[in-house]
Amino acid sequence: MTELHKIRVEVNGALVERTVEPRRLLSDFLREDLGLTGTHVGCEQGICGACTILLNGRAARSCLIFAVQVDGAKVMTIEGLSNSGAVRHLQDLFSKHRALQCGYCTPGMIVVAYDLLQHLPSPTAQEIRDGMSAALCRCTGYVGIIEAVTEAARERVAAVDCATPVHMTSD
Amino acid sequence: MKPAPFNYRAPDKLTEALDLLATYGSDAKVLAGGQSLVPAMNFRLNRFALLIDINRIRELEYIRIDGQVLRIGALTRHRDIEMSPLVREHAPLVAEAVRHVAHLPIRTRGTIGGSLSHADPAAESPAIVLALDGTLVLQSRTGARSVRATEFFQGMFSTALQPNELLVEIQLPVAQPGQRFAFEEVSRRRGDFAIVGVGAMVNLQHGRISQARFAACGVGTGPVRLRAAEQLLEQQVPTAALFARAAAAAAAAVDPQTDIHADAEYRRRLLAGLVERVGMRAAGLSEGAKRD
Ligand SMILES: Cc1cc2nc3c(=O)[nH]c(=O)nc-3n(C[C@H](O)[C@H](O)[C@H](O)COP(=O)(O)OP(=O)(O)OC[C@H]3O[C@@H](n4cnc5c(N)ncnc54)[C@H](O)[C@@H]3O)c2cc1C
Ligand code: FES
Ligand code: FES
Repeated sequence: MTELHKIRVEVNGALVERTVEPRRLLSDFLREDLGLTGTHVGCEQGICGACTILLNGRAARSCLIFAVQVDGAKVMTIEGLSNSGAVRHLQDLFSKHRALQCGYCTPGMIVVAYDLLQHLPSPTAQEIRDGMSAALCRCTGYVGIIEAVTEAARERVAAVDCATPVHMTSD
Repeated sequence: MKPAPFNYRAPDKLTEALDLLATYGSDAKVLAGGQSLVPAMNFRLNRFALLIDINRIRELEYIRIDGQVLRIGALTRHRDIEMSPLVREHAPLVAEAVRHVAHLPIRTRGTIGGSLSHADPAAESPAIVLALDGTLVLQSRTGARSVRATEFFQGMFSTALQPNELLVEIQLPVAQPGQRFAFEEVSRRRGDFAIVGVGAMVNLQHGRISQARFAACGVGTGPVRLRAAEQLLEQQVPTAALFARAAAAAAAAVDPQTDIHADAEYRRRLLAGLVERVGMRAAGLSEGAKRD
């Protein structure tokens, strides 16, 4: 008989406590135990990226982590990122550039794009392509996705450039 | 599918993990970044009584210089190696190659120790550690032993690790003046496993190659040292013609596998092209057509 484990995790800013079997994948824990079905599951082998979440602020595949491992950690899912408004603009740009069709890949795409822009505030075109290759889309052909992330990156750079002098004078 | 049931321990001390390994032996499995193990578990390719999660053992996560040796703790993430100024300065070949390991969300979890222990013949890190003639420190409850990379890798997904041992540290000689490095690979997309990859160190002294170290992934059952190329290059004046001969010698000496990704002949051709390219670049004869 497998031993059960009690875990305490901060999910989208709220503390949750559950008892889990060690083999419970974080992706299934989020979807089935917490009802957070925005995290999608495609391959369960790390390849498709649909299940990507933020673990302690860094993008990770929730299908390759056991729920028992995140005891004491912070998990942010697409629901948390959406509700807080953190990815609102990326979502609008995905819509504007037709970066989704069926939408299955979209939660993972948004998390990957968000993480990419956190790590590389002004990525080159090649860095965007390389970075977004961390998730697969079977519908769009990627062109709209790349355009959406490119526009988000460009606007960020513009916003930072404008903000800099203000920030410097206020120091 | 989902993994078969198992019990779980996450010790935060190395000694506790070694005690568990001593008790359970091959009934236990070590979990590092999980980026290779968990996919296999999800497909029920393996089954065991106890999963020993080493992610809480912080003493295994470090990068430091100790005299002429760069020491990397087994639990160090690919991403942290990629971002480390110490690695960039003292092991530039590692810094260049690690950027080719998987995608960012995988690199932030996956560890160098897991990559070496897993010994995937297509993985970059085993080939790099072999090219640099690195040493691996394996520890069990009864003590530690050092194993050279040449003896550590023993074929398809197989290493010198015993069931009661943990890989704890990777030791690499620090780069010396005159040594130049290059890594390149061919893969379908950035972040995919290499079809073939080659890492090289060329030591140039007074216009001659005093020492050459070449190793490849994707052309055998494990990482492969390209000794035929090395022997041809050493003591010679580097020229394009010399690297072309070394490339042909390397390709003739390997025995690649045919699989769904590429057949043996194609891998041999890739190897020849890559040996020439990294050799030329390391020797300063080309700016190197860096793929990107
Ligand atoms: C989509 C995808 C793409 C990938 N692409 C690449 C790529 O291009 N190149 C590449 O090299 N890799 C790639 N990987 C694999 C990735 O680099 C893994 O991180 C790595 O192979 C294994 O490291 P890990 O820490 O995740 O190990 P785990 O998956 O946790 O473990 C792997 C094996 O090593 C054993 N092990 C782990 N640590 C130790 C230790 N310290 N001592 C003893 N045994 C140990 C485990 O028991 C297990 O058998 C990819 C993975 C995915 C999911
Ligand atoms: S379901 Fe996790 S990467 Fe595909
Ligand atoms: S929109 Fe259908 S998979 Fe991307």
